[in-house]
Amino acid sequence: MSKKDLISITDFSKEEYLKIMELSREFEANPSQSLLKGKVIATLFFEPSTRTRLSFETAINRLGGKIIGFSDSNSSSVSKGETLHDTIKMVSNYADLIIMRHPLEGSARYAAEVSDVPVINAGDGANQHPSQTLLDMYSIMKTQGKLDDINLFMVGDLKYGRTVHSLLMALSQFQNPIFNFVAPPELAMPDEYKLYLSQKGIRYFEHLEFNDIINQADIIYMTRVQKERFIDPVEYEKVKNVYILKNEMLGNTKPTVKILHPLPRINEIHPDVDSNPKAYYFSQARNGVFTRMAIISHLLNLR
Amino acid sequence: MQKQLNVSAIKDGTVIDHIPTKALFKVIQILKLEEFNNMVTFGNNLDSKAMGTKAIIKIANRYFEDEEVNKISLVAPNAKLNTIRNYEVVEKRVVQIPEQVNGIVCCFNPKCITNSENISTKFQIINNKPIEMKCYYCEKITYENEIKIK
Repeated sequence: MSKKDLISITDFSKEEYLKIMELSREFEANPSQSLLKGKVIATLFFEPSTRTRLSFETAINRLGGKIIGFSDSNSSSVSKGETLHDTIKMVSNYADLIIMRHPLEGSARYAAEVSDVPVINAGDGANQHPSQTLLDMYSIMKTQGKLDDINLFMVGDLKYGRTVHSLLMALSQFQNPIFNFVAPPELAMPDEYKLYLSQKGIRYFEHLEFNDIINQADIIYMTRVQKERFIDPVEYEKVKNVYILKNEMLGNTKPTVKILHPLPRINEIHPDVDSNPKAYYFSQARNGVFTRMAIISHLLNLR
Repeated sequence: MQKQLNVSAIKDGTVIDHIPTKALFKVIQILKLEEFNNMVTFGNNLDSKAMGTKAIIKIANRYFEDEEVNKISLVAPNAKLNTIRNYEVVEKRVVQIPEQVNGIVCCFNPKCITNSENISTKFQIINNKPIEMKCYYCEKITYENEIKIK
């Protein structure tokens, strides 16, 4: 049987998304299992990412597996000039599955080509980070009870933010999503994604700032507006406070609305939102462990 | 008026005509003509009714498969191939943009792994006019005006 990798969110079918949702639910209900007993999982982090690495390593530990790897390239043979090809070839001889983060785009797809064992992309530069998308979907599923008919507000940097692009692609596989994009013109959703939605007959709306329509949201997905994305610093100064979510803005929103954020947050969600039950970003991060348990079990055909 | 060929005729072989003048050396590079032992003659900045100016390449005693020659469509999308036997044109072909392009073009994305390790590039053509090609690895799109030959 050919091996299965998870490099881009589009590598999984809708059936696989739903399977991951169901498995995540099962793992959340029963988080300590021994499915990975006797298995070795490599976590190769060519650039540091504390949150993602700890989440994956917690998932492996919860499943009873052993971990080999490194948490930055200085402590690997990469610092001696070894190619990615050779590192992956070597590690795929040792481990049953490779989880990799690398600063270069396309590195994960290449690693999957070189490796004899499944590869999970834990982020390849600004390109893809599919386990984040699956945990976002699980958070939506858990809080809304469904992935169909979701009115999703995406706020902030919609141009460079890989998480919003992947989530858009994934939710487009489900019934009747409505997308509302809230971003400055400099960071607007790229045309290719809007074209993709139009071709599928999916409704989307663009807004320059939060407005009353936010009351219709089921999910508000916040992202960070980064200063370095602006050519003109004056433009940044003009918009930097426009995309900050404050508790007072949530007064008329649906009681079931949840606020998601891939984290780390800087200032785009005011701390006064944290105590509002509509804030979900810390629970969202916790869901990542269960989703990653589900992804690993699925790729290794353990479930 | 006396009509004279700027690039002399070949008895047998292939003539590649209607190459944009700027693409001549790229076509030579893509077809690896510098490695040929056959006689290769070419002319550049020739008058062309259709193109204003054009380039032409004549390769003696050499014939090309479609797959081989379609690679040049990335830089010379309107190129025409004439197969010559005994000074006569026996076949005319136009080049076609392939669906997949492997190992010829660099990915425009400086952060793509293919620009860092020794990896043969792979692209899927997602639009023909103008050419847009999606990198199999980094998933970014290289546009026609960014095409650089490896």
